[in-house]
Amino acid sequence: MLSQQLFNALVLGSVYALFALGFTLTFGVLRVINLLYGFYVAAGAFAALVGVQNLGLGLWAAGAFGVVVAGLVAVVCDFLLLTPLRRAKAPELSSLIVTLGGVLLMNSVMQIVFGAEVRRFPARLLSQDALSVGPLLVAPLQLVIIATVFGLVALLFWFMERTRLGTAIRAVAERPDTAALMGVNVGLVVGGVSFLSAALSATAGILIGLNFNAVQPYMGESMMLRGFAIIIVGGLGDIRGALVAGLALGFLEVMTAGYVSSNLKEAVAFAALILGLWLRPNGLFGRASGKRA
Amino acid sequence: MHRRTILAAAAFSAATALSGLAFAAEPVKIGAIECLTGPAAKYGTMIKAGFDLAADEINAKGGVLKGRAIEVIYEDSAAQKEQAINAAKKLIGRDHVLAILGPTLSNEMFAAGPVANERGLPIIGTSNTAKGITDIGEFVFRTSLPESDVLPVTLAKAKAKFGIKKVALLYSNDDAFTKSGFDVFKETLEKQGIEIATIETFSVKDSDFSAQLTKVKSLNVDALVVSALAEAGGGLVLQARQLGIPKTIPIIGGNGFNSPKIAEIAGDAADGVVIGSPWFIAKEGAQNKAFVEAFRKKYSQDPDQFAAQAYDTMYILAAAFDRAGEADSKKLRDALTKTESNGLLGPFKFGADRSPATAEGVVVTTIKAGKFVLLQ
Repeated sequence: MLSQQLFNALVLGSVYALFALGFTLTFGVLRVINLLYGFYVAAGAFAALVGVQNLGLGLWAAGAFGVVVAGLVAVVCDFLLLTPLRRAKAPELSSLIVTLGGVLLMNSVMQIVFGAEVRRFPARLLSQDALSVGPLLVAPLQLVIIATVFGLVALLFWFMERTRLGTAIRAVAERPDTAALMGVNVGLVVGGVSFLSAALSATAGILIGLNFNAVQPYMGESMMLRGFAIIIVGGLGDIRGALVAGLALGFLEVMTAGYVSSNLKEAVAFAALILGLWLRPNGLFGRASGKRA
Repeated sequence: MHRRTILAAAAFSAATALSGLAFAAEPVKIGAIECLTGPAAKYGTMIKAGFDLAADEINAKGGVLKGRAIEVIYEDSAAQKEQAINAAKKLIGRDHVLAILGPTLSNEMFAAGPVANERGLPIIGTSNTAKGITDIGEFVFRTSLPESDVLPVTLAKAKAKFGIKKVALLYSNDDAFTKSGFDVFKETLEKQGIEIATIETFSVKDSDFSAQLTKVKSLNVDALVVSALAEAGGGLVLQARQLGIPKTIPIIGGNGFNSPKIAEIAGDAADGVVIGSPWFIAKEGAQNKAFVEAFRKKYSQDPDQFAAQAYDTMYILAAAFDRAGEADSKKLRDALTKTESNGLLGPFKFGADRSPATAEGVVVTTIKAGKFVLLQ
């Protein structure tokens, strides 16, 4: 049983990490508490569902379609809601209120368009049969999730460190004014981050929708609390931190439920959050951030 | 011009008079608080369908209280207790309804029931099966069989058929109904001498049960006993089979499983799930066949137990109005206690505690290819 539980932990942790990746980008880079993030998860999943059911696309094409649609929706929403705030140099908390209103609106719209019922991806899309790998029962989708998450983290890391756009994003994250003075098109960068983080959340949504066989308008909301915990412990804007913290949370939840008591699952996870913040207040890999004159 | 205006005015008044003839008096207003959106929406929308079908039939035959139509005003509670309370206050204070049907979930009834009770309005739950619902007050009724009546029948039949000696008991610990179901399951299992190998919990909103199920799988139980609402329940059933718990180990569910939503979420994995119910679609009798046909015709889908119970309750309420003789909430309440009807769920009376008096009609069903059939 231990190996199966460890595998469960790996899959669940990967899902959490995937969810947290885009979230930490938005929060860390754009300095915005974007509550619309949970909505993009559902938007991506629903767009992929439409792609499969109405446009007759295959799994991968529908997935790409969902990701792109969610990204574009995010660019528009973030632009409408957040640009005025940025221009007025509003405090970070205003983004909380504004995006709260935004997510309430968008969730209602989603519900009106799609209904509150839970939808399923057609079963023929991905083989449901579990493979036997040693003592483990492994579903192909679970392997896809793990591979996707680790692949995306590596890709993201390379992108942020080694490409011009990635460097521009990091520059805007640190000092948007200075970056603008250096010739960076801040508006484009912000739009790019919006698209990127929503694309990540949409990927999470599609994989979650496939894994748990459930796509519904509020699917992102239940993960938001855990998402917050992960990005705070992992460090805001820190990709490695999101991965490690996500995996750690998944591990803690599964091990507690499997070996201690499923009653204590949430308690242990959030106790670990408090402990983590106490020991490493700037995130797992963080450095103390000072404000220099 | 002058003549045409007179003609138009005459036609207008004739039309108004004619439409007025159909129902000369003011409609009888009833409120209904149901989960029309959100995770429990499947229950609420089916209940609404049952109410509407019955109300249409009753109104077509002349309504209640000598020719007054029943008008149902719906409020959505979305499985939120606060919203259920607000809905009750709005229906009573603004719409001046005479009685309230619902809310859908026991959780919501515990919140909204006291509001109606204090204002002296009968409130009738058609789908609340937790313990203690009618203890809220003397204006609170329920037509749904409490879990304490249904679950022992389900377990006894399952034990006889599958020879169950050891089970795993799983439930969501953040909902009043599923917790109540868990209490009943636990008590009944102990009474029937079945060993509980482990008790696992999860949240109503959870979608990952792999940790709990992997643990359960390692304990070699004969069956899984689950008290959950349809969404979590469906996800749990699906994951259980995906993790390799074979169909020879049946999953036994409480009232939350009495919805086609289980099969919608779990697909083939839902086959073989065992649930007790006071009604199922292929139940014998002309009345049931007529109901199923009318429902299919109006909604292009099969009714479920929630729709059937709602349909019966609307008829019970209409009969109570006629027995009361006037549109008065207090008289309606007294009339309800004298209910004697024979509906889709069989002969029905309220007991002294305003819950159903008997649990005779309970059958144990199983899911086959997405449909509910009798467990042989």
